[in-house]
Amino acid sequence: MLCASGRLLAARTATSLPAPPRGRGPALRCPRRELHFPGNPDPPSWDCLAGRLTRASASPHRRVILRRGRMPPAVGRGLAGSELRLRRSRCGPRAAGRDVAIQAAARSPKRPAPGSWRFEVAGRRAMLALVTLLSFATRFHRLDQPRHICWDETHFGKMGSYYINRTFFFDVHPPLGKMLIGLAGYLSGYDGTFLFQKPGDKYEHHSYMGMRGFCAFLGSWLVPFAFLIVLDLSNSLPAALLTAALLTFDTGCLTLSQYILLDPILMFFIMAAMLSMVKYRSCANRPFSAPWWSWLSLTGISLACALGVKFVGLFIILQVGLNTIADLWHLFGDLSLSLVTVGKHLMARVLCLIILPLVLYMAIFAVHIMVLNKSGPGDGFFSSAFQARLSGNNLHNASIPEHLAYGSVITVKNLRMAIGYLHSHRHLYPEGIGARQQQVTTYLHKDYNNLWIIKKHNTNSDPLDPSFPVEFVRHGDIIRLEHKETSRNLHSHYHEAPLTRKHYQVTGYGTNGTGDSNDFWRIEVVNRKFGNRIKVLRSRIRLIHLVTGCVLGSSGKVLPKWGWEQLEVTCTPYLKQTLNSIWNVEDHINPKLPNISLDVLQPSFPEILLESHMVMIRGNNGLKPKDNDFTSKPWHWPINYQGLRFSGANDTDFRVYLLGNPVVWWLNLVSIALYLLLGSIIVVAMQRGAQLPTKVEGLTRVLLQGGGQVLLGWMLHYFPFFLMGRILYFHHYFPAMLFSSMLTGILWDTLLRLCAWGPASSSLARAVHAVGILSLLLGAAYSFYLFHPLAYGMVGPLAQDPRSPMAGLRWLESWEF
Amino acid sequence: MLEVLKRPVVVTTNINLNIVALTGVGLLSRLWHLSYPRAVVFDEVYYGQYISFYMNRVFFLDDSGPPFGHMLLALGGYLGGFDGNFLWNRIGAEYTSNVPVWALRLLPALAGALSVPMAYQIVVELRFSHCTAMGAALLLLIENALVTQSRLMLLESPLIFFNLLAVLSYLKFFNCQKHRPFSLPWWFWLMLTGVACACAVGIKYMGIFTYLLVLGVAAVHAWHLIGDQTLSNVLVLYHLLARAVALLVTPVTLYLLFFYIHLTLLCRSGPHDQIMSSAFQASLEGGLARITQGQPLEVAFGSQVTLRNIFGKPLPCWLHSHQNTYPIIYENGRGSSHQQQVTCYPFKDVNNWWVVKDPGRHQLVVSNPPRPVRHGDVVQLVHGMTTRFLNTHDVAAPLSSHAQEVSCYVDYNISVPAQNLWRLDIVNRQSDRDTWKTILSAVRFVHLNTSAVLKLSGAHLPDWGFRQLEVVGEKLSRGHHESMAWNVEEHRYGTSQEQRDRELELHAPTQVDVSRNLSFMARFSELQWRMLTLRGEDAEHKYSSTPLEWVTLDTSIAYWLHPRTSAQIHLVGNIVIWASASLATATYVLLFLWYLLRRRRDVHDLPEDVWLHWVLAGTLCTGGWALNYLPFFLMEKTLFLYHYLPALAFQLLLLPLVLQHVYDHLCRSRVQRHLFSTLVVAWYSVACHVSNKLRPLTYGDSSLTPGELLALRWRDSWDILIRKS
Repeated sequence: MLCASGRLLAARTATSLPAPPRGRGPALRCPRRELHFPGNPDPPSWDCLAGRLTRASASPHRRVILRRGRMPPAVGRGLAGSELRLRRSRCGPRAAGRDVAIQAAARSPKRPAPGSWRFEVAGRRAMLALVTLLSFATRFHRLDQPRHICWDETHFGKMGSYYINRTFFFDVHPPLGKMLIGLAGYLSGYDGTFLFQKPGDKYEHHSYMGMRGFCAFLGSWLVPFAFLIVLDLSNSLPAALLTAALLTFDTGCLTLSQYILLDPILMFFIMAAMLSMVKYRSCANRPFSAPWWSWLSLTGISLACALGVKFVGLFIILQVGLNTIADLWHLFGDLSLSLVTVGKHLMARVLCLIILPLVLYMAIFAVHIMVLNKSGPGDGFFSSAFQARLSGNNLHNASIPEHLAYGSVITVKNLRMAIGYLHSHRHLYPEGIGARQQQVTTYLHKDYNNLWIIKKHNTNSDPLDPSFPVEFVRHGDIIRLEHKETSRNLHSHYHEAPLTRKHYQVTGYGTNGTGDSNDFWRIEVVNRKFGNRIKVLRSRIRLIHLVTGCVLGSSGKVLPKWGWEQLEVTCTPYLKQTLNSIWNVEDHINPKLPNISLDVLQPSFPEILLESHMVMIRGNNGLKPKDNDFTSKPWHWPINYQGLRFSGANDTDFRVYLLGNPVVWWLNLVSIALYLLLGSIIVVAMQRGAQLPTKVEGLTRVLLQGGGQVLLGWMLHYFPFFLMGRILYFHHYFPAMLFSSMLTGILWDTLLRLCAWGPASSSLARAVHAVGILSLLLGAAYSFYLFHPLAYGMVGPLAQDPRSPMAGLRWLESWEF
Repeated sequence: MLEVLKRPVVVTTNINLNIVALTGVGLLSRLWHLSYPRAVVFDEVYYGQYISFYMNRVFFLDDSGPPFGHMLLALGGYLGGFDGNFLWNRIGAEYTSNVPVWALRLLPALAGALSVPMAYQIVVELRFSHCTAMGAALLLLIENALVTQSRLMLLESPLIFFNLLAVLSYLKFFNCQKHRPFSLPWWFWLMLTGVACACAVGIKYMGIFTYLLVLGVAAVHAWHLIGDQTLSNVLVLYHLLARAVALLVTPVTLYLLFFYIHLTLLCRSGPHDQIMSSAFQASLEGGLARITQGQPLEVAFGSQVTLRNIFGKPLPCWLHSHQNTYPIIYENGRGSSHQQQVTCYPFKDVNNWWVVKDPGRHQLVVSNPPRPVRHGDVVQLVHGMTTRFLNTHDVAAPLSSHAQEVSCYVDYNISVPAQNLWRLDIVNRQSDRDTWKTILSAVRFVHLNTSAVLKLSGAHLPDWGFRQLEVVGEKLSRGHHESMAWNVEEHRYGTSQEQRDRELELHAPTQVDVSRNLSFMARFSELQWRMLTLRGEDAEHKYSSTPLEWVTLDTSIAYWLHPRTSAQIHLVGNIVIWASASLATATYVLLFLWYLLRRRRDVHDLPEDVWLHWVLAGTLCTGGWALNYLPFFLMEKTLFLYHYLPALAFQLLLLPLVLQHVYDHLCRSRVQRHLFSTLVVAWYSVACHVSNKLRPLTYGDSSLTPGELLALRWRDSWDILIRKS
């Protein structure tokens, strides 16, 4: 919708008028997303185009009323009757009583227009309250069941515990979600002692409801948020109600909100960002006012938080970004605005949507790093310098010499994640695998066999002899590395490596440090000039074999049993720089040099930030599916092809199965197709210059702009998954599902109005619309009644058994309940 | 009729000597000494083997691209009378006398040569001056990397040729559109656009980027057409239909046609058969067809079968068992059932035979008439050579400990009962009473007691299992996967009840009869699917590079080195041209944004038609460059410098356009214009000079001294080979 056609743009400009002072309460209240600038002179087009949506629906209707000389049944909007009936049917006597009052007010002949607006607002508030209440009720119902770990709670609960215990860990997602879970646990009295070992473990006496309650609390807000977004985009209460019903009654959203997971938190922030963006765009006629600023900055804050939970948050950032660009483009094209004003607009957005989120995002990481200050299971993923920060790690508070010198005893660590230290031991390569010399491998654990001594290539004198002066190793020097325990030199030659046949074998060779010219390596610091000293921890070094010109590296492949399942070390003839062939020096012992505290070497905050992201991205890329395993494919998701088993598999277990409510999901699927069809028909008709009646034009604008906005959201949250190489799960679709439900709401409301508009009289039209919306609402509710055991848990026979509560509901063979 | 005779026959032609001259020099530069070097140069070693396969009509599978490009190269071989007898085993091997080197290299060279006049015409059609057009063509002419790449048996130059052809014909079509829609030239150029796109995609998947570009531009133009209210609805519909036929239907049809020809040509079985399904193999001459001819179609109780895994990854293999048992205790301390091993074996073997037995009867022979096995029937599978029953039970599998062990049951009298009943589940059944068919049916074996499914886990067993592939029982609840499906490959009705007779029978070949045919669409979709999903080893290569290194020409590829002298062919671009082309792209984008922003504020720097041409030219050239370049950042395969050449070709078209624009619209005074022209001439002479300097590396025809070679190594990352004397 960003590329709205010329006509649409013209319509937009035409409607962006100064607010006329006539008594038009509703229009002022909801000036929708049109850009509105003071002093744009074009008043006459106001009436003929019927202006913004509120007016589009409000004024013609009022005209009808006047002509017929009788009062509208209720508030002054075309659909009010159906809304009220609906509300009466669902809220019981109390609401009905109020309806009577409203109708009584409506019947009074002197009812002023603002009054009807006030009723409408009251109605909307009531509906919002109702929707919120229902959402909370469904999410918190049976929240404590089952009393054991379900699915990924084992990860995120555990990570929450890590925050409480302040132990460092590694995860592929940014920290905010887990930090919030930890905080919720902490505040609710969970002490971090539960181990969260595997799904199915009983919680016993541990307090887990705080964390589940927090996730359910955030998850419950999705429904009111969606309600408000749709209300704002379509300005139609039925559409908003339909959306809210679809989400409330979707078993998938419900299940996903009830456990200690990142998804409810992520979706909360995504929807919050969307809502605040929509709100701030509807304030566009009053730029730089207080609500405008607050919605704008709320958008920025939500964006930062969404990204802080999972990288999926990037998609909503993209959506807001595209909207902002379109927005600025329109402002820029408005010649009535001076460049200074446009500049102000630009700066405001840069401030609130770029700088504010960035600061916040970094603050999240700062808190994360400050909280986790104890050594834990995540240490090994990070570089040596990083580890020095963690108390309990052997690098913490250590003091070692800063620059490498000849005679130093060192350990050499590969820079790639989870490769480990250069290692050798008193075992030879077996017969038939290169030369029968001592093995050289990489090893992940700290060990005496990881120690090497740096020697000059041409002398074998003991450099530690106090009579020699200290000589530092410099970039470009030719050195020898002697294995401390076995006194063999690091050696390579033209034999193929054991596993990577294109590389050369690396061995330990020589006796007591005497070998041959194949033991010489040139030490180089990446991106440095000649002659520089080499720093412990910080310098990234490469070892280049002098004779063959190859580079020492680790292929990351696991050696067979003869190599103790350590990782293969090779010398690669390809000089491309990859992390596999870059090393750093970690431990460093040299009695002749003064020790410095490692604190000096501590990485700065930007470096830590960068490193964490590199490690996270690499971790994400490392999650590759295996060939022979079943994996969820993106095309499975919208058709609800297969769910995820949260808990239990057999008929005696308490089973929870994450599966979308098929009625809702398939309705969503149909709606997307229908929307595309309808949308393209309308767009082509407009491009052909067809003249639409005023009312239809208002409806089509809702469809194209409001619907287009959420369709964009759906596409941005769905299609990128097709490009991802990492392993995917069904629950990745849920953010997209929220958008597609909103689209369904907008589409069906508009569609029913369009259908009803054609031949029928206005009362028949209203009836058709009301019946349509009502049946959709009831359908969603009934399907929820059918499928609710999936979310709230079920015990007993599986679905193929006629005695099961789910008997006959296994509509697809791939569902497993 | 008579009227025609009354008039004299007059032929009037306009010959643009520019084009003739450009074609002439283009041919000269590309065809000069084409058969030198008479040795395998770089990737010729790769494409050459496929040419040989075509000559011998042997089936092969290459995942690098659709078959049109390979066929084009093979056409050269066919015209030159190549018999396919050459062993393409290493770069630098001398060609034997039966290899028509000139003919083999001719088609890529022609494509490269014709790209030069085509560049000229594209610029003219973009409504820029003839001088600019000459400039574009000359840049294409002297660009060293393009010359090198088009003089060898490689696919980049045909790809570039069809890319440019698609753009050119679309432009011609677009220019016809204004004056003479639905005229003959209009139709011709429209259809040619579709054909050229299909050919580009048919050569390499990369061609799809240009196809998308053309489609995008065509869609925008069609959208304007829809908005044109002077046209009637019917006429608009005709326009849209014509475009849909030419730009959607034609390319798809042609693409299918390429595969049709490909599959028709390659009718004999070859080294890559194994990757394909049994049904596909059975359609090839001399492969599986020879073995499976005359097999009974329906599997019956008592049939002897071999079962092939349908997924076939990491290796295609057959369900197998042998006398050896699982070790009592594995290395990691877990125990096993110590029963007979069941594995998946990637070679044909007599131990791959299984007998389908009816649990209710004792016979292992087929009754008369045979009783076919249907979907849902319960069967036992008896291993032919050992007469043990396929069994699974709740014991962890050797490697995939979450799954069940599958074994051939040995009764050790230790209260582990036999659980050897399997329910047959035909995955691709038409109805629930479908029979189990040889080759055609994909079946799952669902274990009756535990509802586990027989599955290939993909792991290799250790030495005790002879490094064969592990077979496990996986719970069905983990989702269906192709590695759970099996099909019967070899099949015969068992006739011998006695074990000894059966062993003899199993060793004997099966009888011979008619072959089974697969429809073209089935073969096409299987082949295409395998090509897209085949994942080769992540080969690291000495000359591989990353997309970022291409723009700055930070990388090069040594193609060939003379066996004795230091004459060599090296893929390296003209650095002056590369740098200025990138600069021109940046200039274009900046200028475009500048104009765009100013127009938004209602400041029109350019007249409307100039602006429209400027946008169209930019969309095609910059868009072509971006579409052919940026997607590589997302690709995970091994990339080389030559992947950048199609993008470069578009960039070279843009360069003179930007120069002319600067001359026309940014140089205000005559002095500035003169100065600018002088600069351009100077710049072009420098480019020519650089081109000439690099000529020995491009043509590889003269041997340079180490000193001269070192002098040519302008960037440290260029890996020019220097012979140590």
